[in-house]
Amino acid sequence: MEEKTYNNHTMKDFKSNQEVRWCPGCGNHAVLNAVQKALAQMNIPRENYVFVSGIGCSSRFPYYINTYGFHGIHGRAAAIATGVKTANPKLSVWNITGDGDALAIGGNHFIHAIRRNVDINIILFNNEIYGLTKGQYSPTSVRGLVTKTSPFGTVEEPFSVGDLVIGAKGKFFARTIDTMVTLSTDIYVEAERHRGTSVVEVLQNCVIFNEGVHDDVAGRDVRADHTIVLKHGKPMIFGKENDKGLILDGLKIRVVRLGEDNITEKDLLVHDATEPNPGIHYMLSNMKYPDYPVALGVIRSVEGRTYDAGVEEQIADIQKKSRIKCMDDLLMSGSTWKIK
Amino acid sequence: MTRNSKVIKREDVVIRFSGDSGDGMQLTGTLFSDTVALSGNDMATFPDYPAEIRAPQGTVGGVSGFQVHLGHSEIQTPGDYADVLVAMNPAAIKANVCWVKPGGTIIYDKDNFTEKNITKAGYLKDPVAEEKLETYNIIPAPISSMVREALKNFGLDAKSVLRTKNMFALGMVYWLFDRKLKYTERYFDQKFSDRPEISEANKVALRKGFYYAETIQALNPVIRIEPAAIEPGTYRNICGNTATAWGFLAAAEKAGLKLFIGSYPITPATGILEELALRKDLGVISIQAEDEISGICSALGASFAGRLAVTSTSGPGMALKSEAIGLAVMAELPVVIVDVQRGGPSTGLPTKTEQADLMQALYGRHGESPLVVIAAGSPGDCFHFAFEAARIALEHMTPVILLSDSLLANGSEPWKIPSMSELPEIKPPYADKKKIPFLPYERDDKTSVRYWAIPGTPLLEHRIGGLEKTIKGTVSYIPENHEDMVKKRDAKIAEVANSIPGIEVIGKYTGDLLITGWGSSGPYLRAAANELQAEGYEVSFAQFNYINPLPKNVSKVFSRFKKIAVGELNLGQFADFLKIKHPGFSYNSINKVKGMPFTIKEIKESCIKILEGK
Repeated sequence: MEEKTYNNHTMKDFKSNQEVRWCPGCGNHAVLNAVQKALAQMNIPRENYVFVSGIGCSSRFPYYINTYGFHGIHGRAAAIATGVKTANPKLSVWNITGDGDALAIGGNHFIHAIRRNVDINIILFNNEIYGLTKGQYSPTSVRGLVTKTSPFGTVEEPFSVGDLVIGAKGKFFARTIDTMVTLSTDIYVEAERHRGTSVVEVLQNCVIFNEGVHDDVAGRDVRADHTIVLKHGKPMIFGKENDKGLILDGLKIRVVRLGEDNITEKDLLVHDATEPNPGIHYMLSNMKYPDYPVALGVIRSVEGRTYDAGVEEQIADIQKKSRIKCMDDLLMSGSTWKIK
Repeated sequence: MTRNSKVIKREDVVIRFSGDSGDGMQLTGTLFSDTVALSGNDMATFPDYPAEIRAPQGTVGGVSGFQVHLGHSEIQTPGDYADVLVAMNPAAIKANVCWVKPGGTIIYDKDNFTEKNITKAGYLKDPVAEEKLETYNIIPAPISSMVREALKNFGLDAKSVLRTKNMFALGMVYWLFDRKLKYTERYFDQKFSDRPEISEANKVALRKGFYYAETIQALNPVIRIEPAAIEPGTYRNICGNTATAWGFLAAAEKAGLKLFIGSYPITPATGILEELALRKDLGVISIQAEDEISGICSALGASFAGRLAVTSTSGPGMALKSEAIGLAVMAELPVVIVDVQRGGPSTGLPTKTEQADLMQALYGRHGESPLVVIAAGSPGDCFHFAFEAARIALEHMTPVILLSDSLLANGSEPWKIPSMSELPEIKPPYADKKKIPFLPYERDDKTSVRYWAIPGTPLLEHRIGGLEKTIKGTVSYIPENHEDMVKKRDAKIAEVANSIPGIEVIGKYTGDLLITGWGSSGPYLRAAANELQAEGYEVSFAQFNYINPLPKNVSKVFSRFKKIAVGELNLGQFADFLKIKHPGFSYNSINKVKGMPFTIKEIKESCIKILEGK
């Protein structure tokens, strides 16, 4: 049979026949929607998409998207995805994970996938809580958070996703908010186009166990003033009235108002996502409300050699040079002797 | 080189090289066994070394040994006791003298018998007197000073000169056993082609040792072992880890698939990853993972993506991989997990051998989690059973655990090279591209095997994973569905018994005692059975390589013998398993957990006791 490929997809092509079992109002619904939109926009045959996940609410994602999917075990999706991609670099491999899955039990695989720069897209749903086990604190929960396993408040510092990505030599880091579907869709397309490990942190709301955790920045009324959407090559302006911006003041980023102290657009930082030196990207990814707007968009997108391509090239190179072309050649290589 | 001394012929002989971990005993033993194999003898080897790379010099704990058993007829084991011991220092005598046959030959470097080394080895003053070595043929050779003298004009530093001591000793042994030097010389030419002075220094040391042994007539008469009567064919020397790696390569070629290995370094399994990492020319994708879990998880990812996927490890790594092995059971993906067993539990005895991971392999997962377990019996055997593990995994869509151990991994033997045309094709159950929609857990009626749909294939998109599912791949918590799926997974594994051979009886068809065992104990048990048969006992032997499922003829074979003995290097795990699967028989266990293989002598003694009903 002739193999047909379907490159002109619509969102519908990516809806699976499974009933979506996330809670009503869960931020995951919007993420699913944005991912399906992004997949439909890209010129990749549906059969080449593979979604791999770990364990947690977000990790049920593969069941709801009509592509190849592998629902793994807790924390191990990055390792499974590394295997899938290295085994067949033609596939577009997506790793769906959460703050507990990627940063607690799966921390090791997360940083090593990034270090190797395997060409996969990691979407990390960060709701700062364990949802599927019903409300325990996570590695991104703020210090002092009261949960079932921290009834008197946590006494530990949270991870910041961007810190880990940059610390692990990450080449691509973006952040979005679950309900910002258009921004998210664009980011997912960018993530897929970027060759190497792309990490997208989604500030996601858990309506049951951590309702409103991101409201200070994600709330519709405050979002414009409390976030900044970074665009490569564009000055860093934000605010409902586009009246605020970011400048570099000594070794720190500072929020300024346009028009005050003679500051004009020309004085603002211009976003360069492709700058290999991670200094500014690190500062941008670490901006926290209320001192700063939280950075959204593609914060860092730097070219680099990917692991899967490296493996493939090395094999091709050795195959050209080696005299061993098949198993019989290997069996008869080196010291052998005949018995008659 | 011509010889002018008397020669006698012997059937077989055992040589043990021993010295400090830094003395190069593993290389010496390997070069000797290569020469032995290339000159047509059958042989088996047993490397025995400490876990420390350089244990404190001169101590008993730092002694590294390499035993070679060569013969004119079939050699099954590396031998119990040595005819010749080479001891590079007093500690090597201390550690090994109990393994020398009465009246055997002991060659030692007398320059190394300094007061300091004697004390370090735990002797008071004179090891020869304290060990009563006068009953042996002792050859105190001034090895260190002779290499110093021989290499004084080479311009090498003192350390490099002393590093050739092992070659001097090897040269002596070559003279004792009437061997040619050319294979070892060739090795140095190749190994040090860019440093001819090092190559030449080693060759000079080797020759000086040979002449020295001749000059002092170290053994009179010298021993010649005629080439063995071996099945015609082309042979090579192979160790278990390499044979395992090659078995997977052969399976990949026969299945028309790329081979993927995801592994984390661990003694004594690392050689498999190292060998496959070398084989980029055969298209191997190898990942040195960040941990054991990532090793198997990347392999599972590769399996999902349509490759022949394997992971190699040892006991501690098996423990870490067990959750992912459960995922492989649930997702019904082909993957081979090699467990090169070592002494346990925990870090245990990393470089010593043991067969105590059997229960872990069979049952070490949560839930009803059946899979296939098979075990290789000799270094060369690892090729066949790695191939079989891959065949079963691919054709039955299941994880397979292949049990090897430290003894097989590092031991070597002459191995008849198969031609790829002799090996069977491997045919994975690919999903029918025309049958849409693809149901991930639809099964073959007869074998209960599900079908394999590979990402990249249009219209077969599907989801699998660790949650229980219906035939359609829908997550399901329905009680009846779960029970049904549990039973189907179990039936699928049981069905594998139809594609494996039965156990074979070596010796008489019936008798007083059937000695059985599995894995690397097999050759020792078999050798003991052979000797008992020669002594007139009604004893036979049967080896198990397929452990789960067991071969179908077990009960038929067992019922023909009055008694059954099960020999294994643990406290009786296989015997317990047989009790569960074939409760109608009583099993006499022969066990040992000393980090060492059985000796033929102790197996025979145990068998005689069993026969006498003691």
